[in-house]
Amino acid sequence: MTKVSMTIDGVRYDDDVEPRMLLVHYLREVAGRTGTPIGCDTSNCGACTVLLNGMSAKSCSVLAVQADGAEITTIQGLADGEWHPLQRAFHEEHALQCGYCTPGMIMAAADLLRENPHPTEHEVREGLEGNLCRCTGYQNIVRAVLRAASEGVAS
Amino acid sequence: MTVTEIGRARTRKEDARLVTGQTSWTDNIQLPGLLHIAFLRSPMAHARITSVDVSAARGAPGVIAAFSGADFAAEQGSLPCAWPVTPDIIIPAHPPMATDEVRYVGEIVACVVARNKYAAADALELIDVDYEPLPAVLDMEAALAEGSPKVHEAGNKSFVWPLVNGDMDAAFRDAPVVIERTYRQQRLIPSAMEPRATVCEPVGDEFTLWSATQIPHVLRFLLAAVLGIPEQKLRVVAPDVGGGFGSKLQVTAEEFLTVLIARKLGRPVKWTESRSEGNLAVHHGRDQIQRIKIAADRDGRLRGLSVDLLADMGAYLMLVTPGVPLLGAFMYNAIYKMDALSFKCTGVFTTKVPTDAYRGAGRPEATFAIEHAMDDLAAELGMDPLELRKRNWITHEEFPYTTIAGLTYDSGNYEAATAKAVELFGYDELRREQASRRASGDPVQLGIGISTYTEMCGLAPSRLLGQLAYGAGGWEHASIRMLPTGKVEVVTGSSAHGQGHETAWSQIVADQLGVAFEDIRVLHGDTAISPKGMDTYGSRSLAVGGIAVVGACEKVIAKAKVIAAGLLEVSADDLEWTPGRWQVRGDPEQGRSIAEISLATFAAHNLPDGVEPSLDSDAAYDPNNFSYPHGTHLCAVEVDTETGQVSIRSYVAVDDVGVVVNPLIVEGQLHGGIAQGIAQALYEEAAYDADGNLLTTTLADYLVPSAADLPTYVLDRTETPATSNPLGVKGVGEAGAIASTPAVVGAVIDALRPLGVTDVEMPCTSQRVWRAINEAKGGAR
Repeated sequence: MTKVSMTIDGVRYDDDVEPRMLLVHYLREVAGRTGTPIGCDTSNCGACTVLLNGMSAKSCSVLAVQADGAEITTIQGLADGEWHPLQRAFHEEHALQCGYCTPGMIMAAADLLRENPHPTEHEVREGLEGNLCRCTGYQNIVRAVLRAASEGVAS
Repeated sequence: MTVTEIGRARTRKEDARLVTGQTSWTDNIQLPGLLHIAFLRSPMAHARITSVDVSAARGAPGVIAAFSGADFAAEQGSLPCAWPVTPDIIIPAHPPMATDEVRYVGEIVACVVARNKYAAADALELIDVDYEPLPAVLDMEAALAEGSPKVHEAGNKSFVWPLVNGDMDAAFRDAPVVIERTYRQQRLIPSAMEPRATVCEPVGDEFTLWSATQIPHVLRFLLAAVLGIPEQKLRVVAPDVGGGFGSKLQVTAEEFLTVLIARKLGRPVKWTESRSEGNLAVHHGRDQIQRIKIAADRDGRLRGLSVDLLADMGAYLMLVTPGVPLLGAFMYNAIYKMDALSFKCTGVFTTKVPTDAYRGAGRPEATFAIEHAMDDLAAELGMDPLELRKRNWITHEEFPYTTIAGLTYDSGNYEAATAKAVELFGYDELRREQASRRASGDPVQLGIGISTYTEMCGLAPSRLLGQLAYGAGGWEHASIRMLPTGKVEVVTGSSAHGQGHETAWSQIVADQLGVAFEDIRVLHGDTAISPKGMDTYGSRSLAVGGIAVVGACEKVIAKAKVIAAGLLEVSADDLEWTPGRWQVRGDPEQGRSIAEISLATFAAHNLPDGVEPSLDSDAAYDPNNFSYPHGTHLCAVEVDTETGQVSIRSYVAVDDVGVVVNPLIVEGQLHGGIAQGIAQALYEEAAYDADGNLLTTTLADYLVPSAADLPTYVLDRTETPATSNPLGVKGVGEAGAIASTPAVVGAVIDALRPLGVTDVEMPCTSQRVWRAINEAKGGAR
C-alpha cells in the first residue's frame, strides 16, 4: 500500500492505496465522489474526465499514486454556490439525455474553453473528440459549449 | 386556465442531478459488506467444457467464493425467450452460467466473489477451464448448408416465419420491370454509455436487485417465474440508467447470477461490467441478409415486393431475439402502395453473441432495404428517386389506409413533410450542382440520399402482440397520488433512461389537472414504488404510458367532482371543470381548486356519504393501434473518388411525430437517433475473425462516432396528429435511427452511380467506397 494525499473538490484526502489503483476508482470508491462515472477501459470515451491541477485528464488512465499531491476538480466540485456556466448551458440547451457522459463532457469543455475561450463550432467538435456521447448526436453539446463561451465562461 | 404546458420547450427536471454529479447509477451503490463479482468468460467460440477448477481461486486473498456452472445447475434455469414466433421454433436451453458447452466468446463459465473488484479480477486468473474445441459457425448461409457443423443439437435453423398478402404471382408475372438485390445489415453493438451493473441485497428470504435495465417490471416477473422466487419477495430497481437503445431491454445472465449468488451467500453482491466485457456480452443488433425483389410497371408503379431475410440470432434466443425481424416484416412496404407483399424470415444460429433489440429493432433494417430498393428501381427506370416515391406513396387523402402488410396507418402527410424537406435542403439546386460536377468529372462527387420513412411504434395493442405470439401485453400503467398540500406525484410504469419522462409527464399532468409544472414529481423505475408496468422500449412511453397518465388524471378529476359537490353543497351535475378547479356552472366564484379538494380529502371531515377519502387513481391503457411517425430525411454527401472518403455536407430532416409535448426533447431524440443511423451507415461494425473472436471489443476498435465525425442536422416538423390516442402523439425514440441510415448510404451510392457503383456495404468506410469504385472500373478489390 502507498500513501497518497490529494485535494478533491476543495477537501483534502489522505489514504493508503494499492499502487495499481486507478484514480477514477479512488475517486469513486475510496473518496466516495461518485459523480465521475466510468464508460470504458481504454480511455476512449472520456466519461471519467476530471481536472487534474487545472488540466483535463481521463481519470481512468491515471493511477491514484500519480495524483499524489494534486488538486482534483470533479463535476461535483465545479459549481461554486451556483451552477457553473457550462452546467447551466448544458441544461438550457438540452445537451444531455441519459447524462452518463455529461460529467466528463463538461469537464473536458471547461478545459477546452480555458485553452480557447472563443472557439468556433469546428474547434468545439475537434476539441471534444475524446468524449463520446450516445444520446445527443452532439449538436446540443456543441451549442451549449458555444453558449457558455459567449457568456465568457473562461474569464 | 388553458392548455399551456403541452408544446412548451421546457428544460428538463432530470438535469439538476445529472449536471452536478448527484446521480444514482447502479455502480454508485455501496452497501455494508458489499462483495464484488467477476465473471470468467469463454475465450472459445464453440467448445465442450471438460472441466472447471475453481479451487485455487477460492483460496486467493480477499476471495469469499468461486463458482462454476455446476454450482448453479440445479437452480439457474434457462434465460427466457418471450417471443416464440412460430409453434415449431427451436429455443435452445440457455443456462446463465454454461455447464457443458459454450457457444460464443464471452459466455460465462465461472465467477469469483471477493471483497473488492481488484481481488475478484486477480482470482479469475486462477480458474482453470479445460475446453474441447468444436467448430465455430459464423456465416449464416454456410450455417444453413447441408453438413454444416451444428451450433445446437437441434440444428442451426431456429424458425421460418412467413407473411404473404396479395397475389404475388400476378404481381410478378409479366411485370415490365423486376429488380433483385441483396443487402447486408452489419452487426452493431448498441454501446450505451453506461456499462451494465447489478447489485443484489438479500434480507431474509427477500431480495432487492438494482440493475441498469430498461425493464424493471418485466425483469422482476421473469426472475420470479424462472427462479421460483415469490414475486412479492423480489423488488427490482432501475436507478438512473445511462442509456439503453434496446441493449438494456433484456433479461441477462448477469442479473440472474447476481441474485443467485446473493441467495447462496446471504450477502450483498455487486457486478459492474467493463466496456470490453460488455462488447462481448451485451446483445448485439441488426445482422441480417436481405434478399429483395421488386416488380414494377414502366411508369414506376409498384406491383409487388418479395423479401427473403436471413436473421442472425447468434448463439441463443434472448428476450425478444426472434421477434426483432418480425417488427420489420410489416414495414418493408413502408409508405408505398403495392398489390402484393411476401416476407419470409429465417432465424439462424451462429456461434456469436446473441442479437436482440437495438434502436428501431427490425424497422431500420426494413426501411433501409425498401429505400435502397426504391433508389435502385429509380436508377433502373431512369427516374428521379423522389418522383418514384411520389408515384407510389399513400396520399394524405387516403388515411386511414390499410397497407398490404395489413396495418392501418391512422394518419400522415408524406407530401407535406417532403415538400418542406425539399425546400430546406435546396434539392433542385443540389441536383444542378451534382449534374455540373458529374459533367466536369470532378474527383469529388456530390450524392443526394432520400429517406421517406415511416415506422410502427408505440408498442403495442396487446391483442395484436398475442396474435404475433409475443409473451406479454402492450399496455402501460400510471397512477396519480394527490398530496395534502395539493402537490402531485405521478407514478409511471414506463422506465426512463434518458428520455425525459420526469419533464414530459409533468407537462401532461399540469395540463390535465391544472396544477403547476413545478408542483409535480414523477416516480418510476422501482417496483416497490411503481408496482406495474411494461417499461420503456419501442418508442412506447409517450404513446402508451403518456396516455395511461391522462387516464389516471381523468379519474382524479372525476373523484374530485363528487367531493367538490359535497363541499359546495351543490349537485355534481351543476359543476364544470376548468383545469385546476371544479366550479358551479354560471357562478364561477363558487368552486374548489384541486388543491383545496385534496386537502379536504386528507382531513375527510365532511366528505359526502360513501365517498372514499382519496383522490388517488390508477389507470392502465392498452392502445388500439400502433402509431406511425413519418418524415423525409435528405442527405448530401461529398465523396472523394480518389480516396473513398465520404463527408456529409448537409442533412435535413422533417419529421412528423404527431402532437409534440416537448419540442426540446423531441429535437434531442431526433439528433441522437440520426447520429446512430449515420454511425451504422459510415462507421460501426462488430467484426469477427475466422475463429469467432470478436475483433471490436473496445471503443478503440468499434467506432462510436465523436462530435468531430458528425454533421449539424437541420430539423423541422410537420404535425399530423395521431387519431389513435387522445393526445395525438406518435413517439419519437427510434425515428431518427430508422430514417437516417438509408439517406446516408443512398447519398453515397448516388454520388457513385455514374461510375457504375450500385451498392456499397455498410459501414461505407473509405476503404469500402474506394474498393467499390475500383471494382466498378473493372479493377481488383
